[in-house]
Amino acid sequence: MQVQAMHIANGIVDGPVSAMFAVFAALALAFCVWRARADLDDRLAPMAGLVAAFIFAVQMLNFQVLPGVSGHLLGGALAVVLVGPWVGALCVSTVLIVQCLLFADGGLTALGLNITNMALIGTAAGYLLVAALMRLLPKTPAGVGATAFVASVIGVVLASQGFVFEYWLGGTTHLSLATVSGTMAGVHVLIGIGEGLIAATTVATVARVRPDLVYALRRFRPAAPAPKPVPVKEPAA
Amino acid sequence: MGAGHAHPLHLDRPSPVHRLAPEVKIAATLLFTIVVVATPREEFWAFGGYAVLLAVVAAVARVPGNWLLKRASIELPLVLLAIALPFAGHGERVTWLGMSLSVDGLYGAWNIFAKGTLGVVASLLLAASTTMRDLILGLDRLRCPAVFTQIATFMLRYLDILADDARRMRVARLSRGYDPRFLWQVKAFAVSVGSLFLRAYERGERVYLAMVSRGYDGRLPRAGRDKATPRQWVQSAALPVAAAAIAVMAS
Repeated sequence: MQVQAMHIANGIVDGPVSAMFAVFAALALAFCVWRARADLDDRLAPMAGLVAAFIFAVQMLNFQVLPGVSGHLLGGALAVVLVGPWVGALCVSTVLIVQCLLFADGGLTALGLNITNMALIGTAAGYLLVAALMRLLPKTPAGVGATAFVASVIGVVLASQGFVFEYWLGGTTHLSLATVSGTMAGVHVLIGIGEGLIAATTVATVARVRPDLVYALRRFRPAAPAPKPVPVKEPAA
Repeated sequence: MGAGHAHPLHLDRPSPVHRLAPEVKIAATLLFTIVVVATPREEFWAFGGYAVLLAVVAAVARVPGNWLLKRASIELPLVLLAIALPFAGHGERVTWLGMSLSVDGLYGAWNIFAKGTLGVVASLLLAASTTMRDLILGLDRLRCPAVFTQIATFMLRYLDILADDARRMRVARLSRGYDPRFLWQVKAFAVSVGSLFLRAYERGERVYLAMVSRGYDGRLPRAGRDKATPRQWVQSAALPVAAAAIAVMAS
């Protein structure tokens, strides 16, 4: 069997709550666009597009977890560590929108819910952890890798709890909330650990080759020293 | 790469639905899905009516039924969830074939199954009848912010290239006699994901510079294709309007 990324479909959470989260997601993404422009200015479209294509391509790569069971990376925490929270959230949302429209994955009315969980909650939690951990851990490939692992596990679990919250607000069935929450957390801890292992190695690889590309490291790099003015000798009169 | 950038769900057919402008199809799909989700779950007849409407659209679009069924298997995990609900639900219970089932769970399962399936089939019909480029064009005309349509354009344009990059790396690894396939060999997989990121990011930088040197100033030129005519809006409005009529009649 193949483990599929489960996107929320139509009809699991009721209309008003879905609409509320659609508005929330739209506002949050507008804020992300504004901040991402500060990171990338007019490079935003090509660079974010390529990063989104990278996330999409990574989700298409399957690897075998056990004989017969394969999984794929979700890439949210990976994007946060590599390109930062604003561009990361934009890229993951673009992937979700295209998956919904072109691949019928995830309900059209649940798009706001899916973006809130996977692109916003996952990224925000991941980024707060990255910002906190990078103060404590060494700024080396290993340190960044460990950060990526923790951010992946906790980001994925919190994103799944985002669904529990939405379900509590407007679920169309009456399952006990503790059961839903426990099941979601249990499954996603496993997914998160797999995700985290791969994200950690990936980030460490990039940090070894091009540390200047890793957003989490870039914040701590000393700014390039201002060029010293070259003293110009006045020609002797 | 010469084969055009058709996405895997696109079915190239000469049909009236394919010829509709993309923006009217997106709007119709969205409105139809909203009507479906807003219908109370007890209205069994309404859901049957929606299914008939989708069948008519599929017939007009010349999308075969078994193609739809096969692609709709994406919602299989949800069906499994729906099957579990009657057993896990609370409240009043009925006994059927010796099994104790929760009434609320049965309704919940039906709700998820019916709305999920109708939504997936509607999205599949949209995807089958619209190319990637048209879809983005449609979003753009529906006043979707340009940042998103641009990011999505670049993403779809380079997706195939990156997927090919990943495939080439895998072939290179295989031809050197290493085939990581188990959990403890995941490092090789992760390292290739890392180099895929480097290639993607560096390609992004090159693409940006190439664009700037050709006069890019943050906006892309608009691709011209005929905008939707009022007639097309009316034609595609038939689907959500019929669905809304069914919803009103059933309640």
